[in-house]
Amino acid sequence: MTNVDASKPVPVPLPEAAPIAAAGTRIAAWRLLLRSPVTVASAVVLLVLVLVAVVAAPLVAAGVNHTDVLHALQGPSGKHWFGTDDLGRDILVRTVGAAQVSLTVAVVSVAFALIVGTAAGVLAGYLGGWVDTVIMRIADVMFAFPVLLLALAIVAILQPGMVTTILAIGVVYTPIFARVARASTLAVRVEPYVEVSRTMGTPTWAILVRHVLPGISGPVLVQTSLSLAFAILSEAALSFLGLGIQPPQPSWGGMLFTAQGFLGLAWWMSVFPGAAIFVSVLAFNLLGDGLRDVLDPRQRTVLEARTRR
Amino acid sequence: MADARVAGGPGDVAPPARRRQAHPLVRFLLHRLGSSLVVLLGVMVVVFVLIHLVPGDPVRIALGTRYTKESYDALRAANGLDRPLWLQFVTYIGHALSGDLGTSFRDGEPVTMTLLGRLPATASLALVGIVIALAIAVPAGIWSALHQGRASDAVVRALSQLGVSVPDFWVGMLLITVFSSLLRLLPSSGYVPITEDPVEWLRRVILPGTTVGVVAAAIMTRYIRAAVLDVADLGHVRTARSKGLAPRVVVLRHIVRNALIPMLTITGIQLATILGGVIVVEVVFAWPGLGLLVYSAVAARDYALIQGAVLLIAALFLLINFLVDVLYAVADPRIRLA
Amino acid sequence: MTAPDLVLAVDGLTVGIGRTGIVQGVSLAAHRGQTLGIVGESGSGKSMTVLAATGLLDAPGAVVGGSSRFTDGGREPAQLVGAPPRLLRSVHGGGIGFVFQDPGTSLNPVLTIDRQLTESIEAHLGMTRRAATRRALELLEAVGIPDPEARLGGYPHQLSGGQRQRVMIAIALSCDPALLIADEPTTALDVTTQAQIIDLVQALQRDRGTAVVWISHDLGVIGRVADDVLVLRSGREVEHAPVDELFQQPQDPYTRRLLAARPRIRPVDELPEPAPATGEPVLRVQGLDVRFPVQTAAGRTVVHAVDDVSFEVRRGRTLGIVGESGSGKSTIARALTGLVRPDAGTATLGGADLFARHGRVPRSLRRRIAMVFQDPFASLNARSRIGTSIGEALPGLGRTSGGRRRVEELLDLVGLDPAYASRFPHELSGGQRQRVSIARALALEPELMILDEATASLDVSIQATVLDLLARLQRELGLTYLFIAHDLAIVQQMSHDVLVLQRGRTVEHRPAVELFAAPREQYTRDLLAAVPPERPAALTGH
Repeated sequence: MTNVDASKPVPVPLPEAAPIAAAGTRIAAWRLLLRSPVTVASAVVLLVLVLVAVVAAPLVAAGVNHTDVLHALQGPSGKHWFGTDDLGRDILVRTVGAAQVSLTVAVVSVAFALIVGTAAGVLAGYLGGWVDTVIMRIADVMFAFPVLLLALAIVAILQPGMVTTILAIGVVYTPIFARVARASTLAVRVEPYVEVSRTMGTPTWAILVRHVLPGISGPVLVQTSLSLAFAILSEAALSFLGLGIQPPQPSWGGMLFTAQGFLGLAWWMSVFPGAAIFVSVLAFNLLGDGLRDVLDPRQRTVLEARTRR
Repeated sequence: MADARVAGGPGDVAPPARRRQAHPLVRFLLHRLGSSLVVLLGVMVVVFVLIHLVPGDPVRIALGTRYTKESYDALRAANGLDRPLWLQFVTYIGHALSGDLGTSFRDGEPVTMTLLGRLPATASLALVGIVIALAIAVPAGIWSALHQGRASDAVVRALSQLGVSVPDFWVGMLLITVFSSLLRLLPSSGYVPITEDPVEWLRRVILPGTTVGVVAAAIMTRYIRAAVLDVADLGHVRTARSKGLAPRVVVLRHIVRNALIPMLTITGIQLATILGGVIVVEVVFAWPGLGLLVYSAVAARDYALIQGAVLLIAALFLLINFLVDVLYAVADPRIRLA
Repeated sequence: MTAPDLVLAVDGLTVGIGRTGIVQGVSLAAHRGQTLGIVGESGSGKSMTVLAATGLLDAPGAVVGGSSRFTDGGREPAQLVGAPPRLLRSVHGGGIGFVFQDPGTSLNPVLTIDRQLTESIEAHLGMTRRAATRRALELLEAVGIPDPEARLGGYPHQLSGGQRQRVMIAIALSCDPALLIADEPTTALDVTTQAQIIDLVQALQRDRGTAVVWISHDLGVIGRVADDVLVLRSGREVEHAPVDELFQQPQDPYTRRLLAARPRIRPVDELPEPAPATGEPVLRVQGLDVRFPVQTAAGRTVVHAVDDVSFEVRRGRTLGIVGESGSGKSTIARALTGLVRPDAGTATLGGADLFARHGRVPRSLRRRIAMVFQDPFASLNARSRIGTSIGEALPGLGRTSGGRRRVEELLDLVGLDPAYASRFPHELSGGQRQRVSIARALALEPELMILDEATASLDVSIQATVLDLLARLQRELGLTYLFIAHDLAIVQQMSHDVLVLQRGRTVEHRPAVELFAAPREQYTRDLLAAVPPERPAALTGH
């Protein structure tokens, strides 16, 4: 039987006694989020990372390229906690300085992808028809290019540098947001509360602002957190290839590129910048997972069941 | 009361047989093939436009210090850049479809031949990578889903979370540090075709293959775990348990078997992702595949070669996705026998 | 009833999750050849009780207490509560067969029907695959699957919902179990299919002497199948009696309330005199035709959802549209409210064209029709306060004090505390939310209200109060309703005129009194005959 008539009564378990709840769902969601130690820990790590980038990085900015060839390739010590590189530059200072660059690239590029992609996805999902076809075909085409390859191609056209890196990563991540936003919009669009609004003649913009955008905020927020993680990885990869952030500006990927020539000689040159990338990416990933647990209804019931026990 | 045993009431109809239409499997595949071709055309447009977005004259930039009037004109003519734009586009599409991807700006070699020469190295790396990834992810993902919430699940999830977050080139560097520099067990770079010396091929592919495979395994474990959990929630699993079947039968026949279809999809996507993503790993291990080629082409501003490589990799991505669709349709009776 | 007939004896069964007791000391017994009906509203713990008693409960963290003894033929009784998995596996499928609610998901989509039948035969009866297939074929014949040999190699998606449920019954009975557990086996089916499944199970039970435990929320179904009835509420036994006693002399007030709230087809002489056909037509629909493409796993197909349907609704009256799933009844509502585009036909509301071809239908016209949907959970935005949701129907007034006053008036009108305006939907029960949806519809001051299965997902006692509210509002405010439902009894209760719809076409369209007294068409008669009778089968002598 083709499922045309959705009116078939679906027996929904209805607890007729109204549940006692003091506040709205948003507050409840935040509470659940705070109950997961992993999520809280990753949020704290990210907070520290932001503080390092905003407060500490400017303080050390002057010293990131301070060379001291006499003390080159020294292991971690009381003076140089993370050791020094082949030019005697302090790895700790450079790792801290690069945090600002990496976070800026990640945040700005993901913000670009978030705004452009979400807008395109919501329009495609809500309007449907040819708008949907055109937008999603473009997204399909962009998806056919592997992330790094498309970023490389963009860098090949423009001059490598921070702005190009941001643009490349932003463009590459846009279709992901378009897909996420479209899928959630399609789901929200057929929710009876949206259909009621449509039958009441509420203007489209009001429906989008009042119902659709809040309705898709969960998945989009989750995607934002995960994309920040991948953007840091992409920037590191581009910089590693020498096509992202250009020297003398320090970057984690660029530091790893330098370290490549000293793999057996100076393990600290590759371990510390690599660990910096790893910890930031991990924190964004874990935060994204924590958000998903709370904002994805199906997994949320699992979490609630767990916390209630 | 006897007629109660014959099924079929006024509203209770089995899905109707469709008349005068192609077999649903054929229609499904034609539909998928059609959209793949549309996307391929879009990819070609993007790749074509790429070279025209370069500020300034790409040929001039590519030639750099080797610039002479003759070499400039010859290169422009060889790549058809002296003709009107629309004509260039039509010829580009025509040539590309017949396998001619132009002439390298650097060495004047046909791009297609250069690319094909590099393909075996990348293919062997990608295949070794996906095999390692499957060997880790399939058992880990299924185990962790079937032990949801237990300690072993937590360990698998934590490890996969670490694997997803680690930069692949860093893993490669650490592997080189440990296995080449410190232990001196395996070579850190270079490629030998399997046809020449299988043992040496294996020795050289282990480290880059592991780098690719470990990162892919982390992602695939998460998807496979989710796929198995999705199936385990379905009503037919409860039916299977209500039949009193052995747990092994319930797991293998009613959970894992149903989860094979999404597993197939993620394997295809992951293989395609590896093909496009090996650039950094190839650079780290000096592995002479497509990735290293693209890398040197970008550095050398060899736009014809970049164009060709990007198109080839995107086309491979589409091809793998289409093949996954075919397998998917054949594996799922709901599509095969709709 | 003698002791040797006792198949399942449950005593003082409890199920707890954490500190909450879901089932609190339920006792029951199932006897050979007899059917025990368990009835209760949602949250009564009826499924939980039976799954726990048979050792099939898999809710994480659930703790089961009490006793459940199962006797298979002449063997020693087995204690199922706390039994080792090995013992439970030999009982499940072998001694106890199960049929679940949703035939759409109960069968494995990637295994053949043959494999799904033979696997339990092989496991419990030790037959070879070939012998098991022969038995599977006999079973498919026994449950009335047409062309069983061809079906054996097929897959579940090639069967209709009713056929899938027949296959489930074949699986459940494949090893001649002493006990059959039927957990809401007909709830997901249309009423005519439901009647066939009931007849099938009863016939098979007569042949084989199986004990049956039939769980349902529907007293009509229970009255039709059960010999004994157990009424549950919040995990406790309310009443346990032979079916005729329960229906004739219910002891507990809750049982009496349930019986009274149950929608039932009334005999003609109980109906009020039909109101004279006065009042000008508010809505006039001519030749409505809707087709739409449906995306299935294998591609698109076009479905002719509504095929040349015409009707009119007069002011202050109710037109009931009744049909089974796939009849197109909801599509009519969606076409009238602009949610789907009709392919042909005209519709006028007080003379204004609802299907304007050129240009869009003006907002002011849209607002003259209000719609109430089925699902009280999804009809309200979980992020908005009740007052905001209702206020959306009052543009320009929403946030003013006038708007707030109006929202409070509306809440009062639908029988809710005006203070609910500042609450969120999740703080309300299903019935309360549906009242909010009605208040929001009233805020438009519509000329026509479309109620699309507006009470279908509510428990019967709540459904009755919402139907009363709708009737009161119609009397007091002179509202005009288009009342869409699958349940003939509530359509009869609510409607002045009735339109019977089958696969997009009008079967019969007449005043309710005439239609229920003397249905002209066979399909209408089938529908009416399939409705479980008001009194249990045991009393009417069938």
